[in-house]
Amino acid sequence: MSTQKRGAVRFESVRKEFGSFTAIPDLSLDIEPGELVTLLGPSGCGKTTTLRMLAGLETPTRGRILIGGEDVTRLPANRRDVSMVFQSYALFPHMTVAQNVAYGLESGGMKAAEARGAADKGLDLVGLSGLGKRLPSELSGGQQQRVAVARALVLEPQVLLLDEPLSNLDARLRRRVRTEIRDLQQRLGFTAVYVTHDQEEALAVSDRIVVMRDGIIEQAGSPRELYEEPVSEFIADFIGEANVLPADVLGVEGGDAQVSIGGVELTLPARGATPGPARVAARANAITVTEGGVPGLGGRIASSAYLGDHVEYEVETDTGRLFAIDTGGDTPLPAGTEVAVGFRPRGLALIS
Amino acid sequence: MFRDNRRLDLLFGLVLAGLLLVPWYRVRSGFFGFDWIADMAGKTDLWPGLLQPFLGRWQVAPVLVLLALTLFLRLARQPGRARGRVLILIGLAGLVWMVAEGLSIGMRGWNWGLLEAAFGEIEGQPAFGAGAVTAVLAFTLLIAFGFAERGALKGDAFILGAIALLVLLVATFVFYPILSMFTGAFQEFDGSFTAKGVLKNLPDPKIWSLSCLTGTGSCGVAWRTFFLAICTATGTTLLGLAFALVATRTRFPAKKGLRLLTVLPIITPPFVIGLALIMLLGRSGTLTQVIEGVTGLELGRWVYGLTGIWIAQMLSFTPIAFLVLIGVVEGVSPSMEEASQTMRAGRWRTFRKVSLPLMAPGLANSFLIGFIESMADFGNPLVLGGSGGVLSTEIFFAVVGAQHDPARAAVLATVLLCFTLSAFLAQRLWLSGRNYATLSGKGDGGRHAALPARVAWPVTIIVVAWGLFTLIIYTMILFGGFVKLWGLDHSLTLEHYARGFSIVWDNGIVWTGVAWNSFWTTMKIALIAAPLTAAVGLLTAWLIVRQSFPGKGAFEFALMMSFAIPGTVIGISYIMAFNLPPIQMTGTAMILIFCFVFRNMPVGVRGGVAAMAQIDGSLDEASLTLGANSARTMRRVILPLMRPAILAALVYSFVRAITSISAVIFLVSAKYNMATAYIVGLVENGEYGIAIAYSSVLILVMITVIGTFQLLVGERRLKRPEPAAKPQEMPA
Ligand SMILES: Nc1ncnc2c1ncn2[C@@H]1O[C@H](COP(=O)(O)OP(=O)(O)O)[C@@H](O)[C@H]1O
Ligand SMILES: [Mg+2]
Repeated sequence: MSTQKRGAVRFESVRKEFGSFTAIPDLSLDIEPGELVTLLGPSGCGKTTTLRMLAGLETPTRGRILIGGEDVTRLPANRRDVSMVFQSYALFPHMTVAQNVAYGLESGGMKAAEARGAADKGLDLVGLSGLGKRLPSELSGGQQQRVAVARALVLEPQVLLLDEPLSNLDARLRRRVRTEIRDLQQRLGFTAVYVTHDQEEALAVSDRIVVMRDGIIEQAGSPRELYEEPVSEFIADFIGEANVLPADVLGVEGGDAQVSIGGVELTLPARGATPGPARVAARANAITVTEGGVPGLGGRIASSAYLGDHVEYEVETDTGRLFAIDTGGDTPLPAGTEVAVGFRPRGLALIS
Repeated sequence: MFRDNRRLDLLFGLVLAGLLLVPWYRVRSGFFGFDWIADMAGKTDLWPGLLQPFLGRWQVAPVLVLLALTLFLRLARQPGRARGRVLILIGLAGLVWMVAEGLSIGMRGWNWGLLEAAFGEIEGQPAFGAGAVTAVLAFTLLIAFGFAERGALKGDAFILGAIALLVLLVATFVFYPILSMFTGAFQEFDGSFTAKGVLKNLPDPKIWSLSCLTGTGSCGVAWRTFFLAICTATGTTLLGLAFALVATRTRFPAKKGLRLLTVLPIITPPFVIGLALIMLLGRSGTLTQVIEGVTGLELGRWVYGLTGIWIAQMLSFTPIAFLVLIGVVEGVSPSMEEASQTMRAGRWRTFRKVSLPLMAPGLANSFLIGFIESMADFGNPLVLGGSGGVLSTEIFFAVVGAQHDPARAAVLATVLLCFTLSAFLAQRLWLSGRNYATLSGKGDGGRHAALPARVAWPVTIIVVAWGLFTLIIYTMILFGGFVKLWGLDHSLTLEHYARGFSIVWDNGIVWTGVAWNSFWTTMKIALIAAPLTAAVGLLTAWLIVRQSFPGKGAFEFALMMSFAIPGTVIGISYIMAFNLPPIQMTGTAMILIFCFVFRNMPVGVRGGVAAMAQIDGSLDEASLTLGANSARTMRRVILPLMRPAILAALVYSFVRAITSISAVIFLVSAKYNMATAYIVGLVENGEYGIAIAYSSVLILVMITVIGTFQLLVGERRLKRPEPAAKPQEMPA
């Protein structure tokens, strides 16, 4: 079984309570070796708690946690074969960069000189060779972040844990660092569990995304599955701001369903839908807005915002207010314009 | 698994040494004198624990059996939950047994007639010595190790051990003495129980009378103390507020100088102010003579009594209120005041309707602190008390004076304790969570509104006047040591210093001055106590801030509560608890050291908590996930980052050990006399000159120590900017 292998992780009916508050009611999850799994969800949904239980910094109230097939539920953090990159980096301010990176190796009983060599290799890995003698306070935010990654990686853990590793970097740097982390992970092949509340980040780095809500796994799947086949309104909304519209399934044939949204008829993958009322998640960029008497759903522009490469509209229709993005680049339609709303099938999904 | 056994092995090493090599019972001449090594063979009282049962002291046998059982478990059973459970039970049984036998069997056999009737005569036993203490420690650690094997706190034996030891220490050195004091109230001299003393003292009108309110006599000491505390608390809070306002919200030119004032109570032995007050306002005081000379009135001895004590306490404790209230006044968010001003409120309205209400909880806090300080003050009432004392001095005279009535002392101490604990509970339960001052302190710029003119002027005048008064008092202290006979003969002399601190060269230095003996004792004991205080305090702070364990709330609360116990109560309870077996320490240096460590722990704990709060908690966790255990985390990460806090704790516990008097005065002996107790003795003999000279020397020593420390810490800050592991704003 793959959960026996080095780097595999398994949560078995894990529950975590803080006093009378239940942060995680009942969580089961399998992570394959070499996989990068993202825990995604809004603030306070229990991502960090889940990660900390895996690290050994919190003890589950109930259930078991296995790493590489071994039950580690009661094992303290310092004896688990995982290491963690903290949101604040948690670099020891009184140690040099090299001492920081060597710290874990020495804790494990490695000789100082040997640890020093390994630390230098670790710094090479993240492109910081030569900065070993500096104090963390003498590095930029991005460099500090890489030291934190190097410090965790030199221990060659079965699993690397990252808790919102990019949240203290500016937007430009984030994109670069997340690519670097993903590259490292693919190159060295370790298992990684990555916590973020930013869906774009999650889509960009993950093999698999686990979306959490109030301590419960709402949906787990590849980025594409989540984007194209959200199981619920919450997922649809969380992954790429979808509009959820009432619709009618007119008939199902093979894998396809004939759907009517406010009179506009479309063919969509059925995903187990049955004829009758249903709901459709429509991405903002799958909604088209055309001026004048073209057939479609009738509506009126409530507001429009020009954002350089695209225009955002709020459109008032009979089925509710819709959020649409037009990348066409034409002059924006002013508020009050009567429009016809249409749909591109690629960004639409029936949800249960 | 491997670790579980290794730490047990280490424990066995300790236990074996404790049972085989050192005397089980207390060595009368002092353990650290090591005379006992030579005498051991001859005297059975000096034999180690392993041999004691064979001398007919069967009460030691269960201890040996329990420890042997542990050894068996170590060899024959695997570590795990089952073994852990048995270890806990053994540890508990051992502790319970040792407490029970220690308290039941005294010097001359059974302590209680009931037991003697049941079991017949028994040979007495001396107090616990090194061997017995080792056994107590071993049982305590066994409980911790047992819990570790059961996986409590993730099986972290270091944390569990630290908690167990702290609980043991606090129980032994804070709660056991207090309990002994209560039981002492109900005991006759021979140890038999009786409620006679309590019944006689509890309703005593000398304690409870309220007849001063009706003008028919004087009030009881409890009410006098209470009224005094109310007055001192009110006065210091108002003055402290005035100082804080001037220091932060006016353009007063000497603000730095004002802040220096806050150092004074730290370096001033508590009775020195009273002493200076006598020199100024006493019967032959300078000011008294001036006034009498001008007006021809007879001022008399008015300063000896509550009024004098009140003035002395105002001088002593206003700086403390100032320190507390600076934080409060600065904590009021400027944006609130600015908001008020943009809503058409003038400065006066803003001050009255916004700033003051926001400061109210802080003012109440300062009031309660002043109340507790005044209640606990011993030095000033002792010097100025005259006929009408307060609770703390009455307690003292009840035990050392001619009346020698421990029951009365215990009753008075209980009354005092009730007052201070009520104030403490009010502070903790009612005030906590009501502090608006720092609600929106973070990151909002803006400037504090300046004081409205109608407040600023009177306040500044009061502050300047009081500041000058304080200055005069301190000048008198430094100056008084050089005057021949205060009030009578004002010619300058070095006589007092020569008598106190003369040194003669006679084939090496001979310390001939009368003060040297107590001076060096004080230094030695303070130097030993300081690192212990810092260690215990910081360890406690670390457990409170960083670890969570069941019962932590209660642990923290009990600890904080012990800070509200007045020194006099500690003193009296220590002599009641540690005068007879099982723990006998009176007359030794040890009792002084323990007293300092547990009395000054708050300094370490508070400093540690504050310092720890500035170290991002994820640093500890990072260390753990990098494979370091708690002990290594402590050594490599926490301690280096806390170095300034450690230094501060060291310095302040050192300084406080030198200045304290209230508890110490009960515990000193001819062999181990402390500077403060010695000075008070001088005052009682009317030798003011040398007393003042000695006090000035102490103050100078402490200024030097604190100044050096400030320099050291200050320079370190210059060299290395505070590193950047700042606790970031976490988006959850
Ligand atoms: N130590 C704690 N004590 C009490 N509640 C906690 C603790 N840690 C987290 N929580 C609560 O558990 C929930 C999940 O927290 P967390 O895992 O930090 O969420 P996030 O998904 O934002 O990382 C939150 O409601 C939080 O308030
Ligand atoms: Mg989080």
